[in-house]
Amino acid sequence: MANEIRAEMVANVWKVVVSQGDSVADGDTLVILESMKMEIPVLAEAAGTITALHVGEGDVVQEGDVIAEIG
Amino acid sequence: MFETVLVANRGEIARRVIRTVQRMGLRAVAVHSEVDAGLPYVREADEAVAIGPAAPAESYRNAAAVLEAARQTGAEAIHPGYGFLAEDHRFAMQVKDAGLVWVGPSSAAIEAMGDKIRARNLVAAAGVPVSRGTAAPVVDLDAAVAAARGIGYPLMVKASAGGGGMGMAVAGDEAELRAQFERVQGFAGRMFGDPAVLLEQYFPRVRHVEVQVLGLADGRVVALGERDCSVQRRNQKLVEETPSPAVGPALRGEMVAAAVRAAESVGYRGAGTVECLLDVETGDFVFLEMNTRLQVEHPVTELVHGIDLVQQQLLVAAGRPPSFDPATLRPSGHAIELRVNAEDPVRFLPGPGTITEWREPSGEGVRVDAGYAVGTTVTPHYDSLMAKVVVHGTDRAEALDRARAAVADFRLAGPKSNLAFHAELLEDPRFVSGDYDTGLVAAMRA
Repeated sequence: MANEIRAEMVANVWKVVVSQGDSVADGDTLVILESMKMEIPVLAEAAGTITALHVGEGDVVQEGDVIAEIG
Repeated sequence: MFETVLVANRGEIARRVIRTVQRMGLRAVAVHSEVDAGLPYVREADEAVAIGPAAPAESYRNAAAVLEAARQTGAEAIHPGYGFLAEDHRFAMQVKDAGLVWVGPSSAAIEAMGDKIRARNLVAAAGVPVSRGTAAPVVDLDAAVAAARGIGYPLMVKASAGGGGMGMAVAGDEAELRAQFERVQGFAGRMFGDPAVLLEQYFPRVRHVEVQVLGLADGRVVALGERDCSVQRRNQKLVEETPSPAVGPALRGEMVAAAVRAAESVGYRGAGTVECLLDVETGDFVFLEMNTRLQVEHPVTELVHGIDLVQQQLLVAAGRPPSFDPATLRPSGHAIELRVNAEDPVRFLPGPGTITEWREPSGEGVRVDAGYAVGTTVTPHYDSLMAKVVVHGTDRAEALDRARAAVADFRLAGPKSNLAFHAELLEDPRFVSGDYDTGLVAAMRA
């Protein structure tokens, strides 16, 4: 079952740590968002493979936007 | 003495510096980005100059724009506040080269303390305790294992280019080092484009204790006690207090003497802070870094000493003696600062917004340094600090009572706020007892 990882706030995408096709463990950092001078890591909520990555460095995400999908 | 001071900053610290500048009978010039035009500090300055768009690189960190604003307004001195250009040694030099007074230490002192490895070597040579660690990045696993024998376990494996707590791991023995070294190295390479790794002594339970120093115009360095900044989330301070509940007279004497030696090692002038880690288990402290500027949490030091640190900065910059006699100045009572941030009180995620309600607490022993007011907007472009609630009492118990009342009286709506966290912290038995360490916030949220 695909697991969608969503942004919890409006933020800039500071770093994208993973690539599509990577295998990740539960709790791995996928991307790092930046807002108000804070770096907010977005973590995998399950182990699996990155089946889709919807953001790139420098993008702005809104609350609720899908960042990545883990299958 | 110079007559016009440009404040190269924004929000609460710009407002606070402007107040002292004006109280001293001097003229204050504010600079602001497009989105900050409506903030209180812009209105309260004697003159304000728009210096660029919201992005800090194009406004508050834009040295050329700040210098041009100084030229336009006839400012003779520049106070950098904290952050932005405050620890940019090139900017300090440019200010001096433009014939202006830089309200801060020399460009050389800023540069020396800005390079973490150089700073550590400098202060160690001056007799200040430093943690055991690698003096240069470790290139491979064999070198790491060899270096670890000299440092001892447990140790911290961290990305040289990292920061903010990312790219760090603890290794309790050689087997763990072997596992963690490659993990951190891989992470550092992917994340920062630089796989260099440092090894450092790891302290399981530490407090973050720092000493306020002031380098006088005559070359002497005096210390103004310590601040305990152990209440942190994501390695950033949320609450600070002085005196530290963990520091007695003997330890204070040692820490103050070490901080003065560290500042003297770079011929320090003006206000600065020597940050240390205090090992809760052993009572030993080690140098962490020196911040060559005014600190966010400076008000707690002001309240217990009854002095204005910004005034001292301006006097030192003008070549004058301080307003107090360093030989007789003694602290009195206890002070606590609570940072009111635009972030939720549980996970501390940022939540900017327009302020629809804003009522600051007041009363005996309560000071509020705020950057915003009702109708103004906290934007995502800058840090989340909206205001600092600072309380002073005759002892820690009275300061805690005043802090609880002040938090309860603060009315704030619009952006997210961490006031509920502060209310919880002020009732937490670990914080109330004074026996806490930098793991407290994580323990409260576990």
